[in-house]
Amino acid sequence: MNTVLRYSPPAIVLHWLIALLIFVTFPLGVYMQDLPLSPDKLQLYSYHKWIGVTILLLASLRVMWRVTHTPPPLPDDMARWQRRASQAVHGLLYVLMLAIPLSGWLMSSAKGFQTVWFGVLPLPDLIGKDKALGDLLAGVHQALNFSLLALVFLHVGAALKHHFFERQPFLQRMGWGQKEL
Amino acid sequence: MKLTFHALAVLALLASPAASAVEYRTVLPAQSAIGFEFNQMGVSIKGGFKRFVAQLIFDPAKPEAARAQIDIDLASIDAGSSEADEESAGRLWFNSSVYPRAQFVSSQVRPLGNNRYEMRGKLMLKGRSREMAVPVTFKPGKTAATFEGAFVLKRLDFGIGEGMWADVATVANEVQVTFRITATGT
Repeated sequence: MNTVLRYSPPAIVLHWLIALLIFVTFPLGVYMQDLPLSPDKLQLYSYHKWIGVTILLLASLRVMWRVTHTPPPLPDDMARWQRRASQAVHGLLYVLMLAIPLSGWLMSSAKGFQTVWFGVLPLPDLIGKDKALGDLLAGVHQALNFSLLALVFLHVGAALKHHFFERQPFLQRMGWGQKEL
Repeated sequence: MKLTFHALAVLALLASPAASAVEYRTVLPAQSAIGFEFNQMGVSIKGGFKRFVAQLIFDPAKPEAARAQIDIDLASIDAGSSEADEESAGRLWFNSSVYPRAQFVSSQVRPLGNNRYEMRGKLMLKGRSREMAVPVTFKPGKTAATFEGAFVLKRLDFGIGEGMWADVATVANEVQVTFRITATGT
């Protein structure tokens, strides 16, 4: 009988929660920036920032969990380059989950708009108002986001390929299903 | 001892009218500022006006006779971002192509003690005028004096931010206005 190779429940919950929030706030970020100034735009910016801070918090928990817990091993017959690639992509995903909201927070401060989580908890402005730096950080935030998009395609594509084409039970590593191969 | 006391009394008598004879009437624009702060989605936004003309006549010995007038060039706004600066000129906000200036004209000054005064007057903004009572603190200095104060203005009283912007949950109705006017007696 095979043992189910699965991440621990906290890791699974954090993975899907963060994924869901990214799937909401990424398109929101793309959509909102070209809107003409309106109350709706101000609200959407706030929601985007609140979700971003939430992701930063959850991703921090997740990284702490990850460094203190061993993930399930990859299949023995997996090619070495695939292991390396898997490690690299996962490492970068963790970095971006932290770096993207952080760059958004800094950009907000540089543009002179403090971030107040859910309109209640003010985050300190780590840098002062500086228009040129704000524009630079906006570029950084965008570049990091499109890097994340590319990595997510790679991540999802690889998981689906291993699961469906190579018939390895990959999806259950991050799932709840009891089915084993 | 007695002589000293008399000398001091004479000096004091001589000195006090001389000290209060200064009538402040020349405003130093570079040392004067008008700012504001408001809440947007729970976030405090600071701004101000870079160009304004302040005129005042103030004699600490005759505060009731004091007068002040401030004319603000609304196009000189700093509303926190260039996007907000542009938006503020629009019809829903200041409509500054029709109403380019805001004006405050004092009507009455009442001393409250400790160099504090209440200045009543009329604020004209976007074609509307309202009576206001503004607290002013007088701070005499060596060469110039400053007149400082802060008050809350409700933007909707003047139709600032109409239509979709009238929703005060996004942009608060209350705007904290601060001013610091520096003037000399020459």
